Amino acid sequence: MALLSSADQEKLREAFKDMTRPVRVLFFTQTFECETCAQTRQILDELPGLSGPPGASGKISIEEVNLVLDQDRAKQYGVDRAPALALLYDDPDAKDSRIRFLGAPSGYEFVSLVQAVLLVGGRSSTLTESSRQRLAAVDRPITLQVFTTPT
Amino acid sequence: MAFANPHITAVAVEATEFPDLARKYQVTGVPKTVVNDEIEILGALPQEAFIEQALTPVARDPK
Repeated sequence: MALLSSADQEKLREAFKDMTRPVRVLFFTQTFECETCAQTRQILDELPGLSGPPGASGKISIEEVNLVLDQDRAKQYGVDRAPALALLYDDPDAKDSRIRFLGAPSGYEFVSLVQAVLLVGGRSSTLTESSRQRLAAVDRPITLQVFTTPT
Repeated sequence: MAFANPHITAVAVEATEFPDLARKYQVTGVPKTVVNDEIEILGALPQEAFIEQALTPVARDPK
């Protein structure tokens, strides 16, 4: 059964139409001791079909990575727990957007995930020009961890 | 912000799923943002104020 109402599906389909770049979602999972991995898979499975014409593969693709079996890959993206998502530009370099989600993207986190996908997919950012300039001047690693709860 | 600069990484953490992280960073309310394991930003701030605080590590120690 689909997790999204048909009205929500239609809204997403409309939003994903504006994507100018394909996006790959790396989904880090593990078989044991991951209560929300199955739920995360279900949520992610909704996206590809809504990001292209019916029946075709869309602009969003999901790639599952086993955290235990593929430790090199997990290390490459700095992921050490599951479920975790890393958003990549789906080009030949698979460039990392450095946007991550830890935990199932349900509730409001789903909205955040969609916004992040749209941003990586080519939508213009909501940053003001002065914010953009300040951020452009950052010359060393900054990691932001934003804690939320499901709502 | 991660989108604006390759030095910046943004991680959204579902606090109830990872109580060890919530404990480590003393998350008692959300949203709470932790910058480079040291700076804490509580609540949702206007964009300029948020960036001001998030870039404290850069401002404090200019190259």
